[in-house]
Amino acid sequence: MTEPRRGGLGLWRRGRRVWRPREGLLVLPALVFYILVYLYPLTRLLAWSFFDPGPTLKFYGALLAEPAYLKALSNTLEISVAATVLSLVLGYPLAYLMATSGARARSLLMALILIPFWTSILVRSFAWIVILGNNGIVNRTLLSLGLVSRPAKLLFDMTGVQIGMVHVLLPFMVFPLYGVMSRIDPNLLRVARSLGAPPRRAFAKVFLPLSLPGVAAGCVLVFLLAIGFYVTPALLGGAGEITLATMIDMMVNTLLNWGFAATLGVVLLAVVGVIFVLFSRLLGLHRLTAVGEEGAR
Amino acid sequence: MQEPGTEGALTLRRLTKHYPGFVAVDGIDLSVAAGEFLTLLGPSGSGKTTTLMMVAGFTPPTSGDILLNGRSVTGLAPERRNIGVVFQNYALFPHMSVAENVAFPLRMRRRPRAAIEQKVAAALDLVRLAGLGQRLPRQLSGGQQQRVALARALVFDPELLLMDEPLGALDKNLRAQMQFELKRLHGELGITIVYVTHDQEEALTMSDRVALMNKGAIEQLGAVEDLYERPVNRFVAEFLGESNVIEGRVEPAPDGLGWFIAAGGLRLPVRLDAAGPPPRPALLVIRPEKLGFANGDASGIPGTVRELVYVGDFTRYRIGVEGGIELILKAPNNRHSRRAGKGDTVRLALEPGDAHLLAG
Ligand SMILES: Nc1ncnc2c1ncn2[C@@H]1O[C@H](COP(=O)(O)OP(=O)(O)O)[C@@H](O)[C@H]1O
Ligand SMILES: [Mg+2]
Repeated sequence: MTEPRRGGLGLWRRGRRVWRPREGLLVLPALVFYILVYLYPLTRLLAWSFFDPGPTLKFYGALLAEPAYLKALSNTLEISVAATVLSLVLGYPLAYLMATSGARARSLLMALILIPFWTSILVRSFAWIVILGNNGIVNRTLLSLGLVSRPAKLLFDMTGVQIGMVHVLLPFMVFPLYGVMSRIDPNLLRVARSLGAPPRRAFAKVFLPLSLPGVAAGCVLVFLLAIGFYVTPALLGGAGEITLATMIDMMVNTLLNWGFAATLGVVLLAVVGVIFVLFSRLLGLHRLTAVGEEGAR
Repeated sequence: MQEPGTEGALTLRRLTKHYPGFVAVDGIDLSVAAGEFLTLLGPSGSGKTTTLMMVAGFTPPTSGDILLNGRSVTGLAPERRNIGVVFQNYALFPHMSVAENVAFPLRMRRRPRAAIEQKVAAALDLVRLAGLGQRLPRQLSGGQQQRVALARALVFDPELLLMDEPLGALDKNLRAQMQFELKRLHGELGITIVYVTHDQEEALTMSDRVALMNKGAIEQLGAVEDLYERPVNRFVAEFLGESNVIEGRVEPAPDGLGWFIAAGGLRLPVRLDAAGPPPRPALLVIRPEKLGFANGDASGIPGTVRELVYVGDFTRYRIGVEGGIELILKAPNNRHSRRAGKGDTVRLALEPGDAHLLAG
């Protein structure tokens, strides 16, 4: 992040001006906003986790000492991984269908995905309570069909949280996937067929590898959103599904322990950062992105 | 074993493709001989690509039959047809190296590794890309990418090579060079090629025969010279090269000659077809380079030079003649050719055999 120097001639690198102050002014509003609502609170947060009021590491010590906190962390990771995998499993065929079908079917699918997307997460999570509850549609159907003798427990446990989260997060998987897939030249698949590849091999050797940048983008997006998810786990989860986000809420609103809430926030941030780096290393995101652009004609 | 009447590497029988409310290909009959270079030429939207896509197996025909070396492939999946396809946009697999691209059809056929390596090297050599096998497609120029596509389509020894405007994305010099290379490859390999282009010059330079398409049908099929010198209708005459097309009627004269009398009264000498009566009404097609300025001043068609454009190797004249008709004349810029200036009164010479009569 480089701020324009007032009245300066710009930033020079190897004899070339890479930063023009006058054009730089265009990013100023965003920069100010970013500093005020993001950088400043983030710095405060970091500070809170290390002071009480003098410098201390006691919050971090407590975090490691108390199994409940580590359980919340592992809960969070487990829920997020599951939500990502489930979104991918459901989202990939959906995005594939959208990318390869005609304009009409595509608009229909897009609408089906977008309409819930525009509804508030809160409303949708409450809707799941109605659907999955003991007197909900699912259980009443199961009971009337005689498939279960007592209402199945779908709510206030992992199942409810998973269903609710995947429902909310699915569009964030589908859109990056669709974005990449729709730019894969259909002639590539035709050529693969003419060169002797049956449909499945053409998919495995050509379409799948070229769709990987979308898989990576979708997974990173869904995972990062899932890891900080608050509303759905709070509403649909039970006592066993405490996540970092719900725990932070508890620290701030119930226990008024701001120092510890900040510590959990820092841990969350660190986990996100580490996973993002690992993920991009693992999949070689840069190379894949370049290939994806090349495949788009 | 060939069925009777299925001579040729590729035979299309009443091949038809309907889209809702639209006929893209309208009952095409075509037979391509083994080793022939046949071009589908036609304006945009005339059904060339659709025809090719049906032959390749990407688009199912509405009706009709496609025979490859005598065997019907109409219902066969593309991967079982053994046809090479080259697209205008190259369609190289961007995540594979050049060598992997070329090896793809061989790997699909599960050939042994050593054989694959050898064939890939030979194919890259053939298209003069030896040594570039480890590059990614995006690290190559457009012309080189098209060569890779060609090597990939040839490496598995297909029974037929289909090319859809393969040089359309290249600049003019590169096009000429690639046209030459393609002809060389065709000669060396003796492979049957069906080539699609909307560029008549390309069709003229490369093809053994040309099928001129319009609105989903073949207007005329024949050698380049046939199409140019003896077009069967007005569309062919006007699509290929430049033509003067005049409407009128024919008045027979002795010795197989006659007069073509245009609507405005202009009389032009024509040679009549021995077989059958002359068409009524008739069209007369005169190529601009068949017209010349008459020697002396006694004979010829009187006219006035309205406009002339110097184009280097020739000069193009627009000449007003009797009956409000304008004729285009192309005269080569050499010492034997007569010249005229704007506004000059001239006389035009036309050999009776050089004008082509059509039914109107
Ligand atoms: N999938 C399709 N649906 C409807 N019409 C199509 C489709 N594909 C091609 N067409 C129409 O068929 C006609 C012929 O197309 P095409 O074979 O691509 O022509 P060409 O290659 O000669 O330019 C065009 O008018 C085109 O609009
Ligand atoms: Mg086309």
